[in-house]
Amino acid sequence: MTAVQEPKLTTFDDNDQKPVGYGRMLRKEDPRLLRGRGRFTDDVQLPGMLHLAILRSPFAHARIVGIDTSAAEAAPGVRAVVTGAALAEQGLAWMPTLSNDVQAVLATDKVRFQGQEVAFVVADDRYQARDALELIDVEYDVLDPVIDVRKALAPDAPLIRDDLEGKADNHCFDWETGDEEATAAVFAKADVVVETDVVYPRVHPAPMETCGAVADFDPIEGKLRLWSTTQAPHAHRTLYAIVAGLPEHKIQVIAPDIGGGFGNKVPIYPGYVCAIVASIVTGKPVKWMEDRSENLISTGFARDYIMRGEIAATRDGKILAIRTNVLADHGAFNGTAAPVKYPAGFFGVFTGSYDIEAAYCKMTAVYTNKAPGGVAYACSFRITEAVYLVERIVDTLAYELGMDPAELRLKNFIQPEQFPYETKTGWVYDSGNYEPTMRLAMDIAGYAELRKEQEEKRARGELMGIGIAFFTEAVGAGPRKNMDILGLGMADGCELRVHPTGKAVVRLSVKTQGQGHETTFAQIVAEEIGIPPADIEVVHGDTDQTPFGLGTYGSRSTPVSGAAAALVARKVRDKAQIIASAMLEVTVADLEWEKGKFQVKGDPGKSVTIQQIAMRAHGAGDLPDGIEGGLEAQICYNPSNLTYPHGAYICVVDIDPGTAQVKVRRFIAVDDCGTRINPMIIEGQVHGGLTDGVGMALMEMIAFDEDGNCLGASLMDYLIPTSLEVPDWETGYTVTPSPHHPIGAKGVGESATVGSPPAIVNAVVDALKPFGVRHADMPLTPSRVWDAMRGQATPPI
Amino acid sequence: MQVTMTVNDVEVTREIEGRLLLVHFLRDTLGLTGTHWGCDTSNCGTCVVWLDGEPVKSCTVLAAMAGGHEVRTVEGLAKGAELDPIQEGFRQCHGLQCGFCTPGMMMTCRALLDKNPDPTDAEIREAISGQICRCTGYSTIIRSVRWASVHEAAAAEKQEEVAQA
Repeated sequence: MTAVQEPKLTTFDDNDQKPVGYGRMLRKEDPRLLRGRGRFTDDVQLPGMLHLAILRSPFAHARIVGIDTSAAEAAPGVRAVVTGAALAEQGLAWMPTLSNDVQAVLATDKVRFQGQEVAFVVADDRYQARDALELIDVEYDVLDPVIDVRKALAPDAPLIRDDLEGKADNHCFDWETGDEEATAAVFAKADVVVETDVVYPRVHPAPMETCGAVADFDPIEGKLRLWSTTQAPHAHRTLYAIVAGLPEHKIQVIAPDIGGGFGNKVPIYPGYVCAIVASIVTGKPVKWMEDRSENLISTGFARDYIMRGEIAATRDGKILAIRTNVLADHGAFNGTAAPVKYPAGFFGVFTGSYDIEAAYCKMTAVYTNKAPGGVAYACSFRITEAVYLVERIVDTLAYELGMDPAELRLKNFIQPEQFPYETKTGWVYDSGNYEPTMRLAMDIAGYAELRKEQEEKRARGELMGIGIAFFTEAVGAGPRKNMDILGLGMADGCELRVHPTGKAVVRLSVKTQGQGHETTFAQIVAEEIGIPPADIEVVHGDTDQTPFGLGTYGSRSTPVSGAAAALVARKVRDKAQIIASAMLEVTVADLEWEKGKFQVKGDPGKSVTIQQIAMRAHGAGDLPDGIEGGLEAQICYNPSNLTYPHGAYICVVDIDPGTAQVKVRRFIAVDDCGTRINPMIIEGQVHGGLTDGVGMALMEMIAFDEDGNCLGASLMDYLIPTSLEVPDWETGYTVTPSPHHPIGAKGVGESATVGSPPAIVNAVVDALKPFGVRHADMPLTPSRVWDAMRGQATPPI
Repeated sequence: MQVTMTVNDVEVTREIEGRLLLVHFLRDTLGLTGTHWGCDTSNCGTCVVWLDGEPVKSCTVLAAMAGGHEVRTVEGLAKGAELDPIQEGFRQCHGLQCGFCTPGMMMTCRALLDKNPDPTDAEIREAISGQICRCTGYSTIIRSVRWASVHEAAAAEKQEEVAQA
């Protein structure tokens, strides 16, 4: 356990030439990206390539009476116009979602959300394709939509999913976890019970690059090549094989450079399927790139949980139990990307970082006339919602008890000796040491001085707030025995090949969207096998070039694929040791590993480098008995548990009492993600997530009017933080390695997105304490804060 | 219609539709895919290029409007193998992650440094405030610009010393 404040980095070690992996190293992917030589999906240009555009529904709920495509078909440059009816003839009008529901590729009977795909046009260029969309005449019979989630199960609510046999209402699923009776018993005896309604509104990941694909079907070879914006190329390939009946070995999914994912690029969207169909129909390569509005109104949204949180405690601040009731809006199709047995993702970690006696959650999920999705935006499978709930209600308890929120948290933390710790909802936290992380954040913030400053300012009528959030995340899904996506076990393969000259290539099943895999995975392998990171090529994002695995989301690359990379390198090193023993004419047991070479114990002058061993493995001369030539290995890593990173975040806000504008003055983030591979990259991941948090807490929301029109359909309406809304981030770290991960790493990609919204909201509510405000929902825009100051805080939905 | 403009110091003439956007002209017609497209509404700034040295959002400029003018894109930043200091700054300070907003960001930041070689953090934030980065949280972009500023100043000083000697 170490507790260190991250230094301001001003010097730059050149680590890429050293046979040691971990540490700050500049990124291998940067040279191409800095020169405009990245290759994103929309950069793919193939000879004869056509362009596809999708006609979308203007209505949230309407029956399709008829579609006339004749004018569009006659338009200049148009090669094909395809409707749902045409797809239905091929059995392709519907496709499975990642949650075992079905979703229309193109609507046949009804449209069920505004922006739903109705028809597509393929034309010679993208302008012609768009022009022709205007010429498609669709006759709709408009139906009443279900927009207010609270009314979705009302007896007179219009039925959305009449496509599902026997479906008579808009109920999607029920789910519960924990012990209802035991929790009720603890609540009954508690001195203090605080109940709060907490809304986590619908938000959108909105990566800078929208979703798209280039499909190229070769009818002679019968092979489909698909460049697409996917975070999970292997899972997508297998699902295409299953859905479209194409043979899997004849599908190559290529995820080129990806302009941000944040979960938005996990699902398979109708557009991808349309592009594939279009290429098969026209015999040409076909490109589909959605525009920003299409991205915001039709692709994977996030959150949309209405939660009632209850917390029970003793008068002196011992938290006893947490209970919650959740109403979940899943949109028109259940497109949630989560392991099959976890319809609410990992929301079960809503007990947070606290040692409590009982917990219970009951959830009802419903269909509404809104876009499908639900798990996206760096949410770690719904841990964003869980952490927001618990950290918000812990603050309401602190308010009720008149206790400092930092003190209340410190009093209730799970203690280091309790790990592995099984929560009351059955999650086994692998390791944690929470207090030093919390103390470090308080030290960096100067917590006591901040409280003093706040007191002085309050006396002057100024509004300053200090918000704390402490989170425990659960990342790195599987294990495969519990976790699968549509039957595909959540494990990841890795292959390492050392070339004769001692250079290497490592092939991954995961795929970077900016996280820097080409750098960190070279570092992981370098650390294990002593080949400098500069000499290790990382290949990923191409199903023809890489082993099978489930992909990058839920912060799972380092916990799962990173473990695979370390273990495959150890496997290669074991073989190298046998070859080295023959080269040095000693037994294997006589050798010891020193970064980059095997040397004879007690005689370090006698040694062979990994490069010499690699040449011997491929060269002339005999190898030891039973050892094949070559120096390579492949494994598939199935994690034994999730990893549980944690962190302590402190936010300081100032609110203008005249305009209710919230300014985030400071933000201190202390993260513990176990072993740190590249601190520069970790810091970057944290900064990005914190910015997401400012967006969600203060600005971002996908709202709808009563007719189901999406009110966040462009970046003029859906506000994302710019450089002016965020402070200069202050970070620090502690290190509590994961006991079951080969290198002790835990994953950090989503920690800050999970942890920052409650810190910011807690800070705003704290600032509004003089007004008696106990809770106000996100997004805390000036008008919503203004309402809260006037005692008129209302939920956003 | 025919349009002629200078792109990264090379004169190009192409037959285009009047409605063609500059971003599509650069990407699809000329194959300069370093300039990206992200929003249609001038909010995100992934499409920023220079028009006569001024940063503009090329998704809201017609290619025809660039006729007779000088356009510079990210592909025109480096001098051969040598990265521009702003590019090197982004590399050194982790000013990019997915790299999608990066070309537009660098074009804006280069233009800032050309006018103001030693900007404050607040001035850098103001300069890039019309652009969105979803990955970095902006702090490392600000450090990247500072890096370029400091290193350019040092290089200029050195050059002056050499000239005086």
